[in-house]
Amino acid sequence: MIAPFGRRLCEVAANRDSGGYRVVSVVDRGGPEPRAGQFYMLAAAERWGARDGRAFLPRAISVAETRPAAGGGVRLDFLLDAVGPGTERLAALGEGEGIWITGPLGNSFASPREVSDGAAGAVLVGGGVGVAPLALLRRRFSERGVPHRVLLGFRDRAHTGGLDLFCGSSGVLCPEVRLATEDGHAGVQGRVTDLLLPILVGDDAASGVVYSCGPPAMLEAVRALCAEHGVTVELALESPMACGFGACFGCAVPKPGGGFLRLCVDGPVLRGDEVEEVSHAYA
Amino acid sequence: MPELCGIDLAHPVINASGTYDAIAARKVFGDALLDDFPFAAFVSKTITPDPRAGNSPRRIWETPSGMINSIGLPNKGLEGFLAEDLPQLRELPVPLIVSVMATTREEFARCVERIARRREVAAIELNVSCPNVHSGLIVGENPSETEALLEALRPLSEKPLIVKLTPNVADPAEVAAGAERGGADSISLINTLKGTAIDPATGAPALGNGYGGLSGPAVRPVALEQVRSVRAAVDLPIVGMGGVSTGADASEFFALGAAVVAVGTENFRDPRAGARIALELESSLRAERISEPALDLD
Repeated sequence: MIAPFGRRLCEVAANRDSGGYRVVSVVDRGGPEPRAGQFYMLAAAERWGARDGRAFLPRAISVAETRPAAGGGVRLDFLLDAVGPGTERLAALGEGEGIWITGPLGNSFASPREVSDGAAGAVLVGGGVGVAPLALLRRRFSERGVPHRVLLGFRDRAHTGGLDLFCGSSGVLCPEVRLATEDGHAGVQGRVTDLLLPILVGDDAASGVVYSCGPPAMLEAVRALCAEHGVTVELALESPMACGFGACFGCAVPKPGGGFLRLCVDGPVLRGDEVEEVSHAYA
Repeated sequence: MPELCGIDLAHPVINASGTYDAIAARKVFGDALLDDFPFAAFVSKTITPDPRAGNSPRRIWETPSGMINSIGLPNKGLEGFLAEDLPQLRELPVPLIVSVMATTREEFARCVERIARRREVAAIELNVSCPNVHSGLIVGENPSETEALLEALRPLSEKPLIVKLTPNVADPAEVAAGAERGGADSISLINTLKGTAIDPATGAPALGNGYGGLSGPAVRPVALEQVRSVRAAVDLPIVGMGGVSTGADASEFFALGAAVVAVGTENFRDPRAGARIALELESSLRAERISEPALDLD
């Protein structure tokens, strides 16, 4: 998919709480509808580079949801965890404030059949702010009739950011979603990989493809489990990124056998066998 | 119309080497990139004799009004560049400047000779921020090394040779004078300033390589002073760069005698920064002309 050339000044349409994260909605009058897994480079139009001259670079944020916007264009929802000067500023943007966006950028998740012969179903595995691209992927699979299950991991009651992105219009969690929480307040007590393992050892494991996004340690656990059980997995990775369009060469991810991929143009979605090991060193 | 060493330019803004991959950008943005190409000439990433994978992550770190990179010059090597990249870069609607680096005079000569033969190349930029493995000296830190390198390369190319200076020296003007004596056609500066950063999460150096190069608006005053001192020392046209993100920033370099400015880090924040800066420059020049008192009317 071709992105419009250059950054565009857009308006924030809404900013709401989502279990400790923020969902910032942006109206993009000039761009196409993004696919699940794609991302945008975001920067606030005002007070970007305040406070000690940071944030200076735009931030790469994947799309959690998109809808046609009233009056033309698309509405883009971004799930934000305010962890540093950039995400703090973006998460604080109010309705009507300006935001620079460049995108949609990067590749997207493939359908199960495209990545694995005979694969009919999908297992989505997410945690943390990484649940964002899986929310859009879940809706796409649902609309296309692709059988899917969703496994989400959360820390505790106070940290359930993004969970509401997996609820239907009635506000009830979609029936295909299962939860693992570290404090056991919802779903099973434990980690999301505890939910994944029984699926990977099941008789029909090979007929599904795993799609995952989340913190590096979780992604690495998912990658290793899938490799061990011979199940195809697509991982949406994150990496420090200055530009998002192949210019800076900052987002290098080591390839098995040597060399590097540029996550912005070769990813952000990579097959499990395209990465060596998901590590904090680059994620 | 602006020009650089006889190369006509549509406007005086080009890119800094290694800050724009036109081939990748064309895949991302399509042919709109060519229709509205942001730079008046395109400078390639630095090409080395052999392919390089680049440094281990982490490669970039944001700093106050800038960033530090330790990318490590990943490139396909001379042969890969000539075979795979040059045919694609030829399709760009602007003159092409190829940046090269090597660690011996012989290897530098091989690169310059091969590239100078290609008609689609308008000029060659010599990245001298590299060691000479024979002397152990960083070429661009040493006026006589720089002069000797230029003397060796000058006869190999009729195309303009632009020397990209490193700012990590006591006196860049001396190195520029060495380049001029050796036969350079133009000086470009500045390259990134050596810098490092500590990752607060670990208390250790943040970059995989331990250190990197600082760029962005944070370095602009340093760049301006180096352009000023080099301007005073040589007669060659200067490509000025370092933290240019607006037309007003670019004007500062022109005020100090730069012939052309290059945009680097700002490209990461705005993929069309080059065109925007050229436009901002043009409109400020037009505004100046309008506000100038009409002297011969009394």
